Amino acid sequence: MRQVMTGNYASAYGAKLSRAEVIAAYPITPQTSIVEKLAELVSTGELKAKFISVESEHSAMAACISASIVGARTYTATSSHGLTLMHEVLMWASGARLPIVITNVSRAMAPPWSVWADHMDSIAQRDTGWLQFFCSSNQEVLDTTIMAYKICESRNVMLPAMVIEDAFILSHTSEPVDMPEQEAVDSFLPSFSPELKVEIGKPMGFGSLVKPDQYMEFRYKAMLAMKAARERILRVEKEFKQVFGREYGGLLENYRCDDAEVVLVAAGSTAATAKDVVDSLREKGQKVGLARLRVFRPFPHEEFRALASKVAGIAVLDRSYTFGVSGAFFTEIKGSIYDCPKRPAMKNYIAGLGGRDITPKILEKIFDDIQLFVKRREETDVEWVDVAGLPRRWH
Amino acid sequence: MPKMTIPEEEHTYPGSTGCPGCGANLVMRYLLKGLGERTIISIPACCWAVMPGYWPSNCLKVPLVYSAFEATGASISGLRAALDMKGVEDVTVVGFAGDGGTVDIGLQSLSGAAERQTDAIYVMYDNEAYMNTGIQRSGSTPWGAWTTTTPVGKNHDFKQEQKKDIMAIMQAHRVPYTATVSVAHPEDFIKKVAKAKAIKGMKFIHALSPCPPGWKANPMYTIEIARLAVDTHVFPLYEIENGKVHVTRKGKGLPVSDYLKLQGRFAHLTPAEVSSIQSAVEANWAILLEKDDSGT
Amino acid sequence: MTKSYEEIPLTPISNTPSTMNMTGLWRAFRPIVDISKCKRCTICWKFCPDAAIKLVDFVPVIDLKYCKGCGICSAECPAKCIEMIKEGIE
Repeated sequence: MRQVMTGNYASAYGAKLSRAEVIAAYPITPQTSIVEKLAELVSTGELKAKFISVESEHSAMAACISASIVGARTYTATSSHGLTLMHEVLMWASGARLPIVITNVSRAMAPPWSVWADHMDSIAQRDTGWLQFFCSSNQEVLDTTIMAYKICESRNVMLPAMVIEDAFILSHTSEPVDMPEQEAVDSFLPSFSPELKVEIGKPMGFGSLVKPDQYMEFRYKAMLAMKAARERILRVEKEFKQVFGREYGGLLENYRCDDAEVVLVAAGSTAATAKDVVDSLREKGQKVGLARLRVFRPFPHEEFRALASKVAGIAVLDRSYTFGVSGAFFTEIKGSIYDCPKRPAMKNYIAGLGGRDITPKILEKIFDDIQLFVKRREETDVEWVDVAGLPRRWH
Repeated sequence: MPKMTIPEEEHTYPGSTGCPGCGANLVMRYLLKGLGERTIISIPACCWAVMPGYWPSNCLKVPLVYSAFEATGASISGLRAALDMKGVEDVTVVGFAGDGGTVDIGLQSLSGAAERQTDAIYVMYDNEAYMNTGIQRSGSTPWGAWTTTTPVGKNHDFKQEQKKDIMAIMQAHRVPYTATVSVAHPEDFIKKVAKAKAIKGMKFIHALSPCPPGWKANPMYTIEIARLAVDTHVFPLYEIENGKVHVTRKGKGLPVSDYLKLQGRFAHLTPAEVSSIQSAVEANWAILLEKDDSGT
Repeated sequence: MTKSYEEIPLTPISNTPSTMNMTGLWRAFRPIVDISKCKRCTICWKFCPDAAIKLVDFVPVIDLKYCKGCGICSAECPAKCIEMIKEGIE
């Protein structure tokens, strides 16, 4: 059934259709309407779940962790400061190998105070052992939430996942969303029954102390699981398409990249805008494409290496900045293609921090710039876009 | 005929890695004697996070989940919610944390769990400092004590602040049952735990837990020190049920110096400082007796 | 001994009784029970932090594999029938 809904409601319905059993949440702008909706669905009985109103995001994740350990499917949603407050327990969830799924409404970190779109919060969690999905539409938010449970709960994965939607641009913008039937979701996503869980009457310590002679083996297993997640993501998406007719391009969605000379790498809502820009530049005869970074963890090494062999230049748009280095996407993509026989020219564009608009005009200029950069490499390969005081004009 | 005054069945194995004479070992032993094995325990960072032993060793005969230092309250709420969802009934959910994990870093999530009236028992084993990290002062360290971060030294800078009154903090959350317990009085301990188990909502147990290395005490005097804490009124035994206070043991009213002198952490105190502790203890005891509703 | 990553669970699950830890090796003082003086009051059993005392006809049998030698039993015994002697002295 097609309905018009915000990204936040798409998240809430994604959790509802996935039959989350324990939801623990704490309010933060712009996540609030997700948990408000879920509280309503629980209170009307449409969703059979326990809703715990916790006193912090740290506690939200801690409650989900303990609930997951005894075998409940769990969900929470947060944003920016809430996600960074969770940082410690995010690691706890992955270390305990719990397939918790959360929505992060990606928002800037303060100061300066900002409630608007920015990927700094999500990027800062890249080392926590969580799968990270960047979504470009409300439909994708809903579908990815359902798929994330199926991926994460697979026996060979058992890791948590974060479904990321941009603050306001998706979270508070209404789009038509096809709402799957509950029965269809139920048969796609069976109930959660982990092989390993804590049961009453069965003495067991879950996640106990190990000596240095054994720690690495547990970490190695988690690494293998993150690797296995790659194939699982692709397979689950294929199954999803068979049932629901929609797909999202795997880990790295290539849009008109086949004969492209230069491509733009972008994630989140910007990537949706970039598709339109690619179309209009293609009409003008420019051989450009978009590589939409949909899954940041596990990182799509193979996809980037395949892309690198085909194009002359890659423009990487980061909506965050790793101080003292560059954008995180940029360094990781560069590292990934280091030993490729053919390495394209690469330039990093830092844009859209704190909700600054990334307009089609800016994206066109980035495409112009990367085409020039391929021909004559400038000294700087990291450029901040649309910053008042800098010489270049982007409008 | 000799008679055992506490249940015979053990729910802990020997071989825990607690120090010789550890009070916290006894707190767990008595707690489980009172609760039985349909129990699940959440333990944050604290001595007890390492006391079950290195993987795969476990000294508990009940399931145990670990939580982050500051998250015991949230953890027990999550456990209870999940068990309710799964229809698993007649289970006692327990949060088992040290004093730092309770009155300091864990206070926020404990407050949340108490406000939510999570149906669980929260046990604070109070060894009056961060013992697992090596005896640093906590909000529960008493005035006058030496710790590694209140090192006395030339400036005589022992702990200058009063111990947080966690029982009052919990009472302010209007939880249905709170009690103090002592390892020197296991019968009273187990009775209170069994009582807490039968009450719905959030229950709080404050257990004084002597720590031989942290208190600079001979491990053989763990029970004696705990007993003196009660008899000197430093740590009175009482319970508060639906707001009504019952003092469960009057104690002998011995001078606090009897309690202090067995512990090297108080060795630096001057007679004047000891008598100021005596006055404070007497004042607190008088307040408690005034509230006492037990009619004795 | 370090186990292969293939032989271990996803996260460390501890379900082996801690009796695998021979904590008796820590002991500096050893309890010696004079059974002839024992009043069978079971107080030593009650206060053992390590549950390392078993009762046989209400008389304590201290499991030296686990007894850490804290001496609580000795201090609490009303009949004073448990003596702590330095380990290594026969």
